[in-house]
Amino acid sequence: MYKYDEYDHAMVAARVAEFSDQVKRRLAGEITEDQFKPLRLMNGLYLQLHAYMLRVAVPYGTLDSRQMRMLAHIARKYDRDYGHFTTRQNIQYNWIKLEDAPAILADLASVEMHAIQTSGNCIRNISSDQWAGAAADEITDPRPWAELLRQWSSFHPEFSYLPRKFKIAVIAADEDRAAMRLHDIGIQIVERDGVHGAAFYVGGGMGRTPMIAPLIKEFVPLEDMLSYAEACLRVYNRYGRRDNIYKARIKILIHELGADEYRRQVEEEFAHVKSLGIDPPKAEFDRIAKQFAPPALDASAPDAIDRSDPDFAVWVDQNVAAHKVAGHAIVNISLKPIGGIPGDASSAQIDLMADLAEQYSHDELRVTHAQNIVLPHVRKADLYAIWQALDAAGLATPNLDLISDIIACPGLDYCSLANARSIPVAQKIAARFSDLGRQKELGELKLKISGCINACGHHHAGHIGILGVDRKGTENYQLLLGGSGAEDVSLGTITGPGFDEDGIVDAIERVTDRYLAERAEGERFVDTFRRVGMAPFKEAIYG
Amino acid sequence: MVEHLHSDGEEPCVTLDAFLSQSNATAVRLEPDEDARALIPHLDRLALIEVAFPKFRDGRGYSSARILREAGYTGELRAQGDVLVDQIAYMKRCGFDTFAPEKPLNPADVEAALTRWPEHYQGAADGAVPIWKLRHG
Amino acid sequence: MKLLTGNDLKTGFVTWWTGSDWSIHIEDAADVGEHGEAILAVEEAARRVNAPYIIAGEKTADGPRPAHIKDRIRALGPTVRPDLTLKPADPAAGDWVI
Repeated sequence: MYKYDEYDHAMVAARVAEFSDQVKRRLAGEITEDQFKPLRLMNGLYLQLHAYMLRVAVPYGTLDSRQMRMLAHIARKYDRDYGHFTTRQNIQYNWIKLEDAPAILADLASVEMHAIQTSGNCIRNISSDQWAGAAADEITDPRPWAELLRQWSSFHPEFSYLPRKFKIAVIAADEDRAAMRLHDIGIQIVERDGVHGAAFYVGGGMGRTPMIAPLIKEFVPLEDMLSYAEACLRVYNRYGRRDNIYKARIKILIHELGADEYRRQVEEEFAHVKSLGIDPPKAEFDRIAKQFAPPALDASAPDAIDRSDPDFAVWVDQNVAAHKVAGHAIVNISLKPIGGIPGDASSAQIDLMADLAEQYSHDELRVTHAQNIVLPHVRKADLYAIWQALDAAGLATPNLDLISDIIACPGLDYCSLANARSIPVAQKIAARFSDLGRQKELGELKLKISGCINACGHHHAGHIGILGVDRKGTENYQLLLGGSGAEDVSLGTITGPGFDEDGIVDAIERVTDRYLAERAEGERFVDTFRRVGMAPFKEAIYG
Repeated sequence: MVEHLHSDGEEPCVTLDAFLSQSNATAVRLEPDEDARALIPHLDRLALIEVAFPKFRDGRGYSSARILREAGYTGELRAQGDVLVDQIAYMKRCGFDTFAPEKPLNPADVEAALTRWPEHYQGAADGAVPIWKLRHG
Repeated sequence: MKLLTGNDLKTGFVTWWTGSDWSIHIEDAADVGEHGEAILAVEEAARRVNAPYIIAGEKTADGPRPAHIKDRIRALGPTVRPDLTLKPADPAAGDWVI
C-alpha cells in the first residue's frame, strides 16, 4: 500500500488548515454560502436532506486496518454510528456538523486519509479494480498508475473549476470490475511489446445522458501519461459547455465534436504539453510501485477447503474468488443483507472487518463500486474462521452478483437531489427474492437503482436498472433492461411506463420469470435479453 | 501583488477583436470564450493581459493564463472580476501575477492563501518545483 | 399555508420557522403567508439559517404538513432508519411521509 512521505503529509495538513480557516470564515459570516459551497464541496462536504454529509476518499478503494478503524471511529464520534460505502469506492457520513468537519479531516489526516476533491467540479477520487494486486487475470497492479494520477490531480491549479465533475478509473485486466468505460476518463493498462501503457477511453458517463467512452488513444506510454491526461483535460476545460449544467460533462463535448475531432485537438495539445516537462521520471513511478509490491504469500499453503459446513460452502461458492497465488483467495464481504440498506455498515461491523484484514488479509481491505468490501489476500485455510466471524456480525450474506446484491444510491431518504426513494425499493426486491435457491437459479443478475436522473445508483449499467422519478409529487419507478458496466458494457433500455413501489417489484418478477422461460443453456439474464430483445419482456410486463 | 484598483495612468485594455485589428495597443482584455492562442504572435509587444472572470465558477481563464505563460509571455497577467481569495493561489500557479477582484480582498487572507501550500504535486506556470522532482533531486 | 425551512448553519439540522425562531420540529412551524422572502433574507444574513426556502404546506389536525414528499422526509428523517427519525418510538411515523 502507498505510504505518505513528508510531502504527502504536508500537503494534506495544509488542506486541513485551509479548510479550518474557510469554515471559520463561513461561521463568522465573512463568506456567503454561495462562495463557501464550492470550497466545502472540494472537501467532500454536502448539505443534504437532514444534515451535512461528508464524503471521505478511499483512493482506488484501498485501505489498511488502521484506516478502516478510523472510519469506524468517525462514525461513532461524529456521526450516528454508521457509514455508507458508495459506488465510487468512497464512504459517506450522513449526520455531520459543519463545526466538526475540520476535526474530522484532522483525524483522517492522522491515518493518511482525506476528503480532498470528493465533490465539486474538479478531478474526483481515482477509482480502480477492487481485486487489484490479487486478481488472476490482471497484467499488472493498476494502483501505482492510479496513485500517480491521484498526486497529479490533487490541487491541480488549472482543473479545479472545470465545467463539471470529472471521474477517472484505472484498471489492468480485460474483465472490467470498475465500470471503466462509464467514466470521464477510463484507463486500461495494456501491454505492447512487453511494455505497459495506458489505453485512454474518454467521454463516458451515466447521468441524464449516458454514454460509453470511445477509445481515444490505444497506447499512451507511462512517461507520457500525465501529459496526455493534462491535454485531455485542457481541451475539456477550454471547450466544455458552461451554458447548461446538464450538458457540461466531457461526454457531451466529445459527442458534439465527435471522437475523431476531440482526438485531433487532444493530440495537438499533447504535442505542446509534452514539451513542458510535467511527466515525472520512471524513478517516481518505481518509488510508488514498490509500495504496492505483492504481500509475501506462501504458494504452498493448502489449497483444499473443508466444505463440511453447508452454509459455509454456499458462501464460499458465491462470495470467494480466485486469487493469483495458489492456496489463497479473495473474500468478498456483502454489505447487502436481505432487508438491509445497501452499502451501510455500523461502526462495529467496520471495526470487525478491520480486525479480519489485520489478522487474515495482510492488513488490506478494498471498497468495491458495488458497495461491498473485499479482503484481497486470504489463505484458503483461514476462510472458515473468517466466515464464522462475518456470519456472527451479519456480514456473511452469500449473494455476490446475485439479484439481491443491489447497488442503490441513498435516494430520497437522504439525498437532496433525489426524486424518489431507492433504499425501500431495494429492500422490497431483496425480500421478494430472499430465497437463496431462487437467486442462484437466476444466476448473475446485476440490479441497480438510482433515485434520480443523476444515476449515482448506476441504473443505466444494470442488467436490470430502476430509475426513480417524481410524477406529480409521487414516487414513480421506471424499469430498464440490458445494461452492463463490465467489459460487455452497454446501456439499458426503458421498458415503458413506470410503476409505483410495489408495482416495480412485481414487474421485476415478471421479467425474471420470462428470463427463466426464455433462456438458453448457460445464458445469464443479460445474455438472454440481448438475444431475444425487449419484446418478450415487454409483453411479460405489460401484457 | 494584489491590486484592488487599476493604477493611475494605465493604458486601458482593449478587447481582443480591437487589439487584433489595431496594432498599437499594449494592453488587452481576454474574455473566457476567447482563444488565448490568438495573442501568441503579439506577445512581445504586450505589457498587460487582463483575463476576465465574470463568474468565479468559470475556470477557462486558468487555461488561458497557462497557455500565455507557456508561450513565453512575461508581461503583467491580471485576473479581473469575480476573483475570490480562495482561488488566487491556483491563479498564481497558472501564471497570474496581479489580481483585480471586483470585491476587495482582506490582505491578511490573501497573505494566508498565497503562503498556504508548502509544495506542489504538479508542475504549472509558476516555476515551482513539483514534489516528484524534489523527491528525485 | 406557506412554510419557511432551511438547515442550521452549524449543525446542518433541518429547521422550521416558528414565527419568532427556528425549531427542528415541523409541529412548531408557522404560516409565513406573504412574508417568507423578507424573513428569509433577514435570517440568512444573520446566519441563523442556511440555504432557506419557502414551501407550500397544509394545516392538518397533527400540525403543518409540507406539500412535497421531500420536505416531509426532511421533517421526519430517513424512512429506512426509523430509529434515527424525530419519532423513533412511533412505528407508524413513516406513513405520514407517504
